[in-house]
Parts: sequence; C-alpha cells; structure tokens
Amino acid sequence: MPRIRSRLIYGSRILSAPEIDAPFSEPWQAQAFAMAVHLNEKSLFTWSEWAEAFGRYRASDGDYWEDWLACLEEMTTRQQLCSVDQLSQLKSDWEAAYETTPHGQVVTLAR
Amino acid sequence: MPHDHDHHDMPPDPALRVKALETALLDKGLVDPDALDLIVETYAHKVGPQNGAQVVARAWTDPAYLERLRTDATAAIAEFGFGGRQGEHMVAVENTPEVHNLVVCTLCSCYPWSVLGLPPVWYKSSAYRSKAVIDPRGTLADFGLSVPKEREVRVWDSTAEIRYLVIPQRPEGTDDLDETALAALVTRESMIGTGEVKAP
Repeated sequence: MPRIRSRLIYGSRILSAPEIDAPFSEPWQAQAFAMAVHLNEKSLFTWSEWAEAFGRYRASDGDYWEDWLACLEEMTTRQQLCSVDQLSQLKSDWEAAYETTPHGQVVTLAR
Repeated sequence: MPHDHDHHDMPPDPALRVKALETALLDKGLVDPDALDLIVETYAHKVGPQNGAQVVARAWTDPAYLERLRTDATAAIAEFGFGGRQGEHMVAVENTPEVHNLVVCTLCSCYPWSVLGLPPVWYKSSAYRSKAVIDPRGTLADFGLSVPKEREVRVWDSTAEIRYLVIPQRPEGTDDLDETALAALVTRESMIGTGEVKAP
C-alpha cells in the first residue's frame, strides 16, 4: 500500500479548505494579481500605497483574492483610472454578453 | 434541450468584476494584455521557493557570497537575476544555534515574491499573522518545531519596503553535497522560519 504522507497545515482547526500549493485557484485571481503588479510597474500607484490599502482589507479575515480585487477596484478608481459607474456598467455588459452569446462562440462585448 | 446549455455559464461575480476592470483599463491603454500574461506565467510557473533555495545553498557554500548577502541582500540576490518587482529591499536573516528567525507580515501578506513566489495560504491567514507575533514559539510548535528556551526567536514583520529571507542552518552530514544538491533540500517553510532543513 502506498504510504500516505501527511502535512501539517497551520491552523488546520481554523482553515476549512486544505492548502493548495498553486498560487491561484481560479483564473480571475491571476488576472487581478497581474493587473495590480502591472499598474504598479507603470507607476500608477506605489507598492506602499497598495500595501496600505490592502492592509485595510486584510484587517478582517476575508478571502484573500476577493480582498485583492476590492483593493484593486479602490486603487484604480481612486487614481481615476476608471470610475465606479463605469465598472458597474461594464460588469452588466459582460453579464449580458454571457447571457446572449450562444454556446461555442467566444464571449465578447458588443461595443 | 435544457435552456442552460444554449449559452455560456455565467462566471462568478469576481470574474465579471475583473473583466470589467480589464476592459476599462484596456480601453484607456493602461494595461498591455501581453504584459499581464507574462506576469501570470511568471508567478504561476517560474518563480518559487526554488529561487530562494539557490540563494541559501550558495550562502552555505561560498563565504564571500554570504558576506555579500549580509551586507546587501538585494544586490546579492540580484546576482541570480532575482529582483523584486515592487522595488523592495531584501534582508537576509541567518539562523544560528543561538537564534531562530521567523517571518510574518502582520499588515497583509508582504512576502519576498522574487525568491519564494507567492505566499502559501497559511501565511495569509489572520491566525498566523497575529499568532506569530503574540506567541512565536507556539506558532513554531504548530509547525512541529520545538525551539529550546535558550535559543532566541526573532520575529520579522515584513512591509511593502522590506522583505526578509531566512537563511536556515545547514544540516549536519551534508559536507559532501554540492550547491545543487543542497538547494534541493531547502524548503519554503525553512526560508520563512516555520521549518528547518533536514539532511537527506
């Protein structure tokens, strides 16, 4: 019988999900991560500004990547790279695109 | 034919918000899709604890390198081509028979990406972030590490500007191993301070 290797997971009594080694579990997490890094590299905000804002989101123990995304929305709107209304409208547009695009076709925004 | 097979499954809410953001930023020419892909590719597959392990193995085998690491860790790590994307300074903290070092980020989860990749789930948890500072020995015990009372435990709180890399102690009985073989022994946990390097 193969030997089962157990791993100690920090706070296993607190964390319900087993630790996954891959940094991202869903593609949107990777995209949100990359956008923050990219915008920082383009000097649209400093990493200290990012950490200050992200620290506020992380003060409560929510989902890491959802906090990351909320922080990214805050940073981009605060720096006036986009507006809250614009993001809300685009989100609705994407929802509509997913609802109306037939299966098998690439979902795109009708612009 | 069931209706829900006619169209695409609706992505989860955060995925739609990411799409909205991406569209808005693309429209303004603020993001380059190729650059985004490259960042994802780098952190999903290329950068990880194997980078830090190379640094540690060289520090163990090359006294001149260790000295450079002590003087200016950012520059010494850059010798491998590993550089911080956020312009952060790296500090190497050495474990010795007298001192055990433990790294945390109490604010969020600042982490030395260039040498360790992205942080593991436990590093990001509030349980670890608070307990590492309040009860470092208890935290180490959670990871199965028992540090004798006479050995000092130092906790380093990372920031956006300063990130720490623990240089674990080289295990005994590894004199015959070369740098590559040594690097293979170095674990991510040992470079955060929640683990030790064991001889093969």
